[in-house]
Order: sequence, then C-alpha cells, then structure tokens
Amino acid sequence: MEKKKVGFYWCASCGGCEEAVVDLAEDLLTALEQIDIVFWPVAMDFKREDVERLDDGEIFATFINGAVRLSEQEEIVKLLRRKSRVIVAFGACSHMGGIPGLANGVAREAILDYYYRNGPALESREPMPPDPERTWKEHGFHLPRFYENVRALDQVVEVDYYIPGCAPPPNVVKGALAQLLSDQPPPSGTVLAATHALCHECELNDTKPEEGIRIQAFRRPHLVDKIDPHTCLLVQGLICLGPVTRGGCGALCIKGRMPCTGCFGPLDGVRDFGAAALSFVASIIDADDPHDIERILDEGIPDPLGTFYMYSLPKSLLFQKVLPSNGRRTARTEPRREKAESR
Amino acid sequence: MASKNGDIPRIGVYVCHCGTNIGGQVNVPEVVAFARTLPNVVVAREYKYMCSDPGQMLIKEDIQKLNINRVVVASCSPHLHEHTFRKATLEGGRNPFLFHMANIREHVSWVTQDPEKATEKAKAIVEAAVYRIQFHEPLESKHVPVHPDVLIVGGGIAGITAALTLADAGKTVYLIERESSIGGHMAKFDKTFPTLDCASCILTPKMTTVKDHPNIHLMTYAEVLEVDGYVGNFRVKVKKKPRYVIEDRCIGCYVCIEHCVYKTPKHPSEFDEGIGLRKPIYIPFPQAVPLVAVIDPETCIEFKSGRCPKKCQKACREIVGRDAIDFTQKEEILEIQVGAVIIATGFQIFDPSRIPEYGYGRYPNVYTSLEVERLVNASGPTGGAIVLRDGRKPQSVAIIHCVGSRDRNYNPWCSRVCCMYSLKLAHLVRERTGAEVYNCYIDMRTPGKGYEEFYEKLLHEGVHFIRGKVAEVTDWTINPEEAGKLVIRVEDSLIGVVRRIPVDMVILSVGLEPRSDAEELRRLFHISCSAEGWFLERHPKLAPVSTYTDGVYIAGACQGPKDIPDAVAQAGAAAGEVLSLVDRGVIELEPNIAVIDARRCSGCHVCIALCPFSAIAFHAEENVARINEALCKGCGVCVGACPSRAISQQLFKDEQILAEIEGLLMVD
Repeated sequence: MEKKKVGFYWCASCGGCEEAVVDLAEDLLTALEQIDIVFWPVAMDFKREDVERLDDGEIFATFINGAVRLSEQEEIVKLLRRKSRVIVAFGACSHMGGIPGLANGVAREAILDYYYRNGPALESREPMPPDPERTWKEHGFHLPRFYENVRALDQVVEVDYYIPGCAPPPNVVKGALAQLLSDQPPPSGTVLAATHALCHECELNDTKPEEGIRIQAFRRPHLVDKIDPHTCLLVQGLICLGPVTRGGCGALCIKGRMPCTGCFGPLDGVRDFGAAALSFVASIIDADDPHDIERILDEGIPDPLGTFYMYSLPKSLLFQKVLPSNGRRTARTEPRREKAESR
Repeated sequence: MASKNGDIPRIGVYVCHCGTNIGGQVNVPEVVAFARTLPNVVVAREYKYMCSDPGQMLIKEDIQKLNINRVVVASCSPHLHEHTFRKATLEGGRNPFLFHMANIREHVSWVTQDPEKATEKAKAIVEAAVYRIQFHEPLESKHVPVHPDVLIVGGGIAGITAALTLADAGKTVYLIERESSIGGHMAKFDKTFPTLDCASCILTPKMTTVKDHPNIHLMTYAEVLEVDGYVGNFRVKVKKKPRYVIEDRCIGCYVCIEHCVYKTPKHPSEFDEGIGLRKPIYIPFPQAVPLVAVIDPETCIEFKSGRCPKKCQKACREIVGRDAIDFTQKEEILEIQVGAVIIATGFQIFDPSRIPEYGYGRYPNVYTSLEVERLVNASGPTGGAIVLRDGRKPQSVAIIHCVGSRDRNYNPWCSRVCCMYSLKLAHLVRERTGAEVYNCYIDMRTPGKGYEEFYEKLLHEGVHFIRGKVAEVTDWTINPEEAGKLVIRVEDSLIGVVRRIPVDMVILSVGLEPRSDAEELRRLFHISCSAEGWFLERHPKLAPVSTYTDGVYIAGACQGPKDIPDAVAQAGAAAGEVLSLVDRGVIELEPNIAVIDARRCSGCHVCIALCPFSAIAFHAEENVARINEALCKGCGVCVGACPSRAISQQLFKDEQILAEIEGLLMVD
C-alpha cells in the first residue's frame, strides 16, 4: 500500500505544538509506517518549492499549528490548502487564534509602536519598524506584511478537522490520528476530542455541592496558600473553565492543581467561548447587590479578556461582524481587517 | 432546507391591513410581494382584518389545500391576537406553535412616520419571522391547576366590593389594607354625589360584612412584600405591621384611649386629614373595621422614652379585662397562596402646596376638599359644623376647581370627580352655613347619570359660578371690604373682567394622582403603568380590568381617576374575571420551558443553584443535570448560564433567535 503523504507547518506559534508531535515518541515511528512526511520545516529541510512541485491534492493531510498574522503565513497555508486533501488545525492557535490572538485586543499600530519605537526595551536609536519594503545599508529586502489582526486558521482557509489543546496532549493527538486514518473519518468540521465539557471527565466533579455552586470571592492560583487537591477548584473560588471547555485532555491541569484555562475551546453549539465562560462565571456569583458583584469581579478577575479569551479572541464575536449566511442556516463571523491587506 | 423535525418548511405569510391601522402607513401589497420571495414561503396573502373569521379561514384553507406547515401572521401585537392565530393554526390541523406573529402595527405603523420607511421595516420584521419559523417545532402545552383563593390589595370601596362579590361566590379572599381600617377615601366622605346619600350609611354595612364574612381573611395594617409565581399559582409574602394591640382581644371600647397619659388629643389625625387630633393610641374613626385600637410608636411616650406609666395597658387589663395591649408586638411575615390578584390601591390627592399662589399651608383658611369633607362629616372633628380654624362660621366660601388637574405645570389629566364633588361641597356649605359660595371652574364636567341634573339644581340654589382659572389667593387687601379676608383673583371669562372676591374660606378641589409608591407595587406584581403612573389595563376598551400579567387585575382609581359608581363597576368586573379564571380550574401554560440535552450536559452544576424554582437536580449516576418540567417556569436563567449550551428554552432557542436577528438584518 502506498504511504499517505503528510505535511506539518507552523504559523504564529511558540513551537509547543511541534513538541507535541515529537511527544508521540515511539508512536511517531509507528505512524511513519503508514505515512510519508513531505513537508515539516521545523524538523526537516524542505523548501516552499518542494510543496509547489506537488500536484494539487497530492498531500493526504497537513497539520498546521499557529495563528495567522503575517502575509507569508497566509500564502503558505493557502498553498498547502491547495495541495492537501485534508487540512487539520493543530493546537489552540490555529484552532481559535490562541495566545497570539490576544494581540487582537491591541491596535496593530500600538504593537509596532511598543516593539519598534517606544518600548522600554529599545535603545534610543533610529526606530526601525518592519516595513515590508525597505533598504538597509543599500540592501533592499522584503519582509512579510504584519496584518491588522490575528486570525485562526479557518478564518483564512477552509479547515477539515481541529485537534485542540495548548499544546494537544499525546493521547488526543493519537486518538485524532487514528480517527483520521480510519476507513470512516468523522464528518468535516469535527473537533477531534470529547463532546462533553471537561467537568464530565474530571475526578473532582463529584465534590461539587449538591445544591450547586455559589461563589463569594474568586481567588487567583498564585495568591492562594494551599489548593485543596481533593475539592473542585471552582468550588474553592479558583476560576476553572472546566464547565465551558471541551474535554478530552483527561483534566491534566486539574490533576496538577491548576484550574482549566480553556485551551480546548468551546463545545459544539457555543458561538463564543469567552461569552459563555463569562456568562457562567457571572451566574455563580453569590451576591445580589450590584456593588458587591462589582467588587467580587474587580478583585477576583483583574484581567477579564485574558481570563475568558486566553485562547479564542480571534474566534470571538468581539471586534467582529456577522456576515449573512447565504445557505440560510447560520451566519459566519469574520475578523475586521485592513481592506488593502485582506486578500 | 429540511427543518429539525424532518419536514420541509412550507410557510404561509398573512399580512393584515388592520383597517387603516397598518394599511394606512405600510404598503401591504409590497410587503406581500416581498414575502413571496423569501425562502420556503409557499403562499403570501393580504387581508383587511386577519383576526376576523374570513381572515382566519385563509390560514385554515391554506393549511389544508396548500399543505402549509408554518404560519406567519404580520399584524398587531401578540398580546392581542397570538392566541387567535395559534387557534386558527390548530384548527387548520397544525400544531399551534408552528405559528409566529410579526408585529407590524405597534412596532411599525403606529410608530413610524414615513410610509416608505414603515414598509421597509415591516418587510424586515416579516423576514425575521420567516427565518425564525423555520426552526419552530411542534410543542405541547402544559396544564396546571389554578389555586382557588384570591388576593385583593387595597380595602377601599373597590377592594371591598370585589372581596364581597368573590366571597359570596364561595371563594376564599385575602383582603389586604395598608391602613389600620378598611374604607379608603370613601369612609372620609359625608355625602356622595349626586344623590347626597350618606357615604357611611352605604359603606359601613359593607365594611362590617367584610369583617364578618367567613370567606374573607381581612389583614389590615399590612402590606405586600414579595410576589412569586404566575397566574393560578402566586406565592405572596405579606408583612403585618405591629399595631401593639392584639386584634383578637381588642373590643374597640375606647377605654385605653381614655386612659392614655395624654389627657387630650395632641397629634394630628391622619384620618381627619390633620383637621382633628388624636392620641398616640387611637381608633381612626368610630366605624373603623376592624374596630381595634392602634398605637403610633412615633408619638407614644412608651416607645419614645420607655418610661410611660402605660395607663392604657393597665386600663385594658384591669377595667376591661382584655389585656389586649402588647408593647412588644413585632411585625409578622405571612405567606399566602392565591390563584389571582386584584389590585385596588386607589389614588392620592394632589398636594396643593405645590401651587404656591393658592396659599395652601400659608393661609390657615385655605383647605383641601378632603379636609372639608372631614369638616362636613357628622362624625368628623367638628361634628359636621363647617367652621374656620378659629371657630368662626364662614360668611363666604370660594371653591377652586381643577387644582393640579388639567394643568400642564402639574397634572395634565382631568380628575373626573372634582366638578361633581365641588358642587356637592357647594351645596353642603350653603345648606349648613348659608354662606355665599363661589365656584370658580374652567369647564363644568358633569357627564354621569344624574350629574347634569345635580348641576342644574345647584344653579338654582344661589351658588355663584365663575368661569375662570383662579390666578391667586391672597391676603393682600386693597379696600376695607376685603379687610381680614382672603381675596380670590380670577378672570371671569364669561363677562371678560378680572374680579377680586373676598371670602372667609377657600376650598381647593384637588385632583387625583397615582399613589407615590405605585411604582413599587407595579414592580412587585410585574404590571405596567401608563406614563402618568396609573396602572395600565390590558386594553383600554376591551380588557379594562385585566393587566398584561395574567392573573393580575386592577380595579378602581389605581387605574385612573374615577368616581364611586365606576370604581364599584370595575371591582365587579375584576371579580367576574377572577371567577372566570378560578372556576375554570386549570390554565394552559406557554410551553416555553427549558430542556436539557443530556448528550451535551457535562454535569458541571452551574445551573443548579441558579434555578429560582429549584427545578434542576443533579443525577449522579448519569453525571447530568435534569429539569423537572412541572416546576420549570421558563425564566431562562439556566439557559443563559449553561456553558455547554446543553440547555435550551422552547420557543426561544438560540437558532430561532439568531435566525430572527439574521432575517431582521437581511433587508438592506
């Protein structure tokens, strides 16, 4: 049987997702009996031309991690889309924008200003913002464009499957690969993890009080003397996003006494992860007086954007507009972008 | 596109002209033509009155002949006719919840000036409904029993009448009155217009019947604190204020009052509008029901200093042998269950000190009409003698109509009763004192049975009528004839001169206002107020005692100024509505309950503590939450909170709401 051709690519990412592939350890070697890697810039010496030479649709599947912010990233993922029968968004950044996506809370100009003009880490010499076309000491060179916004992979190209996580844990990656290579792959658009929220698989779910959860003060993990490992973290006042986050990881963070921060993203049917998270957190506050509520929120959640949208800001409805759905089922969302750079 | 339940939506759209209500502003044919272009719309029609029988027939016929399985009617508010069209859908052979109403009257034609814009807006609303209805599913209504008991708030003539009507029909009635006695404003009057019946003579028998009626639980000195539940099943918390006199023991013998350390009354009596005085322990008026004393802790020495010899208590114990006085009484909170509520909280009078030029509060001989009612009342502080504050008998009296009413600076509305009670007071003053009486009016409004005749009678009694709005009441005199008198300055618009009329007494015919705390009551019962603050009826003509909250009815002057006959008529109407509801025994509830999709529920517990009706429980063996359908009231709290989107609310599903929004925004 001919081996299936597979590619890997990284966009705006930390490299953790590449580690996650390597984390498969011996299983990766087993997988290589079935697949043939044709593109993996981080580990092997392939060039763009190697991909361009392939026929359209020749690659069986390409796993892309990282969010899309640069014109180079957009060009290559569009190229890979053409060459691949299946595109898998690998990890939280390509799934939802991830941590780089938090940059969407800040204007592009402010970012450039901070890093290239007025940031505290800069020496006071001539500012050098990354101009796409510039010359330096008589050498002209091209830099990728820095787009107005960070985008998740499916806001740039059509995505067939998602493997969630920051980074995806080995059991999830293995499970996803098995599903992809099986004779009956799941329907397009599936997030290859559990279909229930994390609480469903969390060992501490049984420790929630029968009468439900009411919280009078939220506590941040680094400010808590001792976290009780045998009681639901949410009940202890730690903002654990287990109720709103897709399960499948096996509650790894909670086992390490850290609350869930939501890297697996929302469940099917949830339009906006942060809004759902905010809505449930607001619902369990045990106070009726508006001043008390405000105090509880101010003291316990000083960074709501970072808390509720740590991985999903580009996919949220914030800073976005809803476009009409021509199929008349559901509307799409699309990030606001600079017109000139959008195509 | 197939809907969730498998069928292909075949939508019928019916656009109503509502006579010229909609058709006069919205281009209905254009909306119909537009509707035909929308997805899955099989037929779109217009009709003059969709709610009429032939209008409803269109729906039924299309369901049968064209196999329509979704119905959209674009007409008025669902408050008015949702039920009508759901029924038509059902009679046509479809589940009634496969119908949706697009409101293009209240939301469009009545509030949009430009016909072109109105038409565009109507299209958008129709499109929203068409998008939404694709996601409608057949639903079953829930039936719940109606609790047969009734709560009536307010013990004035309206509340009393409603209570007696219902109690006589065998219903258990809780009548709650804020003051220490029932009777309301009517108990303060001496005579009633136009027949000059003695108010007490016709009211007090009713009051005592209320007290003795086996089906009426009378709670005076009590207020509604909390209201929970819904039509047929209200849970109401009532606060009984401490009167420091044990009601069951007091026999109303006045011995405690006689023995109060205050030898003479020193405190203004609220019932007597401050014209008379009372002691700290008092019975507001001799015909009070219940005839039970009450202690005012604000003026009682025992409450102020704790060092009163408590002679009242001693007298009750030793002379009467009842030991009814209890200084340690605390407020009580009672919870009652009722199926229906009638609100009959009445009105308050306009405070004339807001009009400084009339001198109320500045000149002692300027009175409100209600103060004069107490003066002329045989059981009032003067025993019915009309005397000035210094005891003199007035030689001349001016009655100023429309004080605070029909005045843009104060209340724009006509208070409806002032002309008639002013005529009544003119008659009584003239009869008892022989004084010259000047009625200064803007327009004389006497449109009731026997009212115009009463006016005619007064015209022949020598009462002076001056058509003009009084500019001011002053004690600044300019000739000896005016010395020591109050001078009315008024333009007599019938003869075109400004007159100065010196009088001994001025009566201000103050208008009727909504109670200052009507807003709180409105919130408690989830009903609406008009812009002026009167409780809003469901329909001004066809549902004058119903409210937009099912099971809550209004009667009497809390709905708007009205006289005794009208208040009594409304009370009867409200009682009739309640009987119709309670005797039906069951009500159909909207199937808008929340449901949990167990396949999605992660058992995270978030919803459980939120449910105000304790309808959600956790099922450990399946690791999911479950909603008890019988307890769910469809408030939607859990729906918003569910982090897994496992909970949805029937008739308000995400997909329905989002489709509706999308449809609304599709029109350019």
